[in-house]
Amino acid sequence: MSFLPQLVFLIILIGAGWFLSKRVKFLRRNILLGKNTSRNDQPDARWKTMLLVAFGQQKMFKRVIPALLHFFVYIGFLVINLEVLEFVLDGILGTHRLFAPFLGGVYVAAMNFFEFLAVAVLVSCVVFLIRRNVIKVPRFTKPEMNGWPTMDGNLILIIEIILMVAILTMNATDQILAERGVGHYLALGGLAFSGLIKPLFEGMGDGALIFIERFAWWFHIVGILAFAIYVTYSKHLHIFLAFPNTWYSNLKPKGEMPNMPEVTNEVNMMLGIPTDTPADPPAEIGRFGAKDINDLSWVNILNAYSCTECGRCTSECPANITGKKLSPRKIMMDVRDRAEEVGKSIDVGGAGLEDGKSLLGDYISKEELNACTSCNACVEACPVNIDPLSIILQMRRYVAMEESGTPAQWNAMFQNMETSFSPWKFSPSDRFNWAEKVKDEEMK
Amino acid sequence: MSTYKVPTMAEMAGKGESPEVLFWVGCAGSFDERYKAVTQAFVKILNKVGVSFAVLGPEEACTGDPARRAGNEFLFQMQAVANIQVMNGYEVKKVVTACPHCFNTIKNEYPALGGNYEVIHHSQFLQQLINEGKVTLKGGGEFKGKKITFHDSCYLGRANNVYEAPREVIQALDVELVEMKRCKTKGLCCGAGGAQMFKEPEPGKKDINIERTEEALATGASTIAVGCPFCLTMMTDGVKNKEKENEVKVYDLAEMIAKEMGI
Repeated sequence: MSFLPQLVFLIILIGAGWFLSKRVKFLRRNILLGKNTSRNDQPDARWKTMLLVAFGQQKMFKRVIPALLHFFVYIGFLVINLEVLEFVLDGILGTHRLFAPFLGGVYVAAMNFFEFLAVAVLVSCVVFLIRRNVIKVPRFTKPEMNGWPTMDGNLILIIEIILMVAILTMNATDQILAERGVGHYLALGGLAFSGLIKPLFEGMGDGALIFIERFAWWFHIVGILAFAIYVTYSKHLHIFLAFPNTWYSNLKPKGEMPNMPEVTNEVNMMLGIPTDTPADPPAEIGRFGAKDINDLSWVNILNAYSCTECGRCTSECPANITGKKLSPRKIMMDVRDRAEEVGKSIDVGGAGLEDGKSLLGDYISKEELNACTSCNACVEACPVNIDPLSIILQMRRYVAMEESGTPAQWNAMFQNMETSFSPWKFSPSDRFNWAEKVKDEEMK
Repeated sequence: MSTYKVPTMAEMAGKGESPEVLFWVGCAGSFDERYKAVTQAFVKILNKVGVSFAVLGPEEACTGDPARRAGNEFLFQMQAVANIQVMNGYEVKKVVTACPHCFNTIKNEYPALGGNYEVIHHSQFLQQLINEGKVTLKGGGEFKGKKITFHDSCYLGRANNVYEAPREVIQALDVELVEMKRCKTKGLCCGAGGAQMFKEPEPGKKDINIERTEEALATGASTIAVGCPFCLTMMTDGVKNKEKENEVKVYDLAEMIAKEMGI
């Protein structure tokens, strides 16, 4: 027997692994363009969050129908990858169904279960395509989805359908050949789902069947490797990043905005309060707030790479619902696009962050930032705990503190607060007037 | 017969006393013509129940919440540090407030600046008083048997996971609590948070408070209950915009309890 197929397989496998590792390095570097922040506290709570939200799909189930369909695809992804292990070993060793003799009846049961999942994934993906392209669920047709994002979503579904068809075709032809006693093919005693498409192939000769079986095998395994690489260019990266992303969730109350200690010393000095640590100024005070991706934290950028553009955030955003320009999903897509742009530029020795562009202005406008009510609906809605609000508020800080670019009405509010300690223009000495009425009233 | 008392921290300190709880009134509670009634109602309840409380009175300043959310961290910290100086000076341990924005800021954001207090929202405080039997409701009041819907404030609900306390307070009134389609974790904002209260909305096809008011009216409730000064303003404006102000009233929880107590 020729070792050529094994050699070809090994070359493809190593090539794909090498390319993937390059992509992973690129993504990791891009994420670490963000500022350092520590999210390693409370490991127990973090594991629990990851188990519930990512593994357990807890937040997906706020919308039951897409959650069930997604659950099939998710379980299919997890379980069918076990079969891929056999594919890889078969490919390297030149064997066929390596595990079958060892597992016996368990192997047949497992194959039937995999086939069930393959059909469930296939059906789910078809329904997803219908939701996107025929029913046109509103959150998939928002302006930020025009062009590549819509294409990306459809491509992923189509690729998954083709991969599942390949598995079923392979099993159907494989079993016909086994029943005919051809070569090394093993009869598995009837596979429930691929058995249904066997009649399509039964009229064919052995040679044609072997060709189809081998083609489907190669197509499936090479397809999976190619898909793994494609995923690193796609919104589909959530299949991996959902796990770290939920582990690094914000565990504090959603309403809490993080303090800016670099401002506190100055405030204390203004108010004549002695500061504890005057001899400890930060080595370099960066910008106040965020203008570009390097002003955000790496968790913000990890969030952006974990976003699969499902749009649940946007569909619950009060600003977006009422026709404002803000879409929390677009905020995440913009952060990712900018990180990609900067990363690619750095890799070719370009200007990187100094390319004259920035997240604010070139990607996200003040009008979008100013429309946010900080209501946390987007944060609550995200199935993988992405926090678009954190980015919006950091960018507002830049606009207010570095550009003095807040809307005139907010500037008036600031002025009232500075002069009369209230956002409205009232005299501070009138603050307690409300009590006069009650004080005069007889207690009943 | 005595009148209601509104002691200040300064007065109490002068007498060498300190109250159990500081009632943080907030800017809306102090200045907003409509919302002052909520402050007054809550103070009457505190008097009636005999809670040992005081207010800061003229020594209180804005918590800084709208400045921080509009991006002006410097101004926020100026307000916050000054407030913390005053509260720590009086050795405040416990704070109750009717404003979810003040509640969130003092509870979650003041600790990083040296202000550590037990902070509760008045809906939680009222719930405790009712559960402990300290607030006795006469029953058969103006709300009995009526349909009431509760509008979740973002800074109480999603921001701090307080969903049940306000609902339990409403249910103590022997009413029919009806939920809006979007409620609790999915509650729709009134449109005023994140400093939106202090500017015109960005261009769009609709105002957020109108969207929310339509949803509240669709429940058929005769009262929209709120637990936030900004929500009160936004929902009241929404009801007026829909010309339903004669049929549908917008009340804060404290006002409803005070009415039912006959005070």
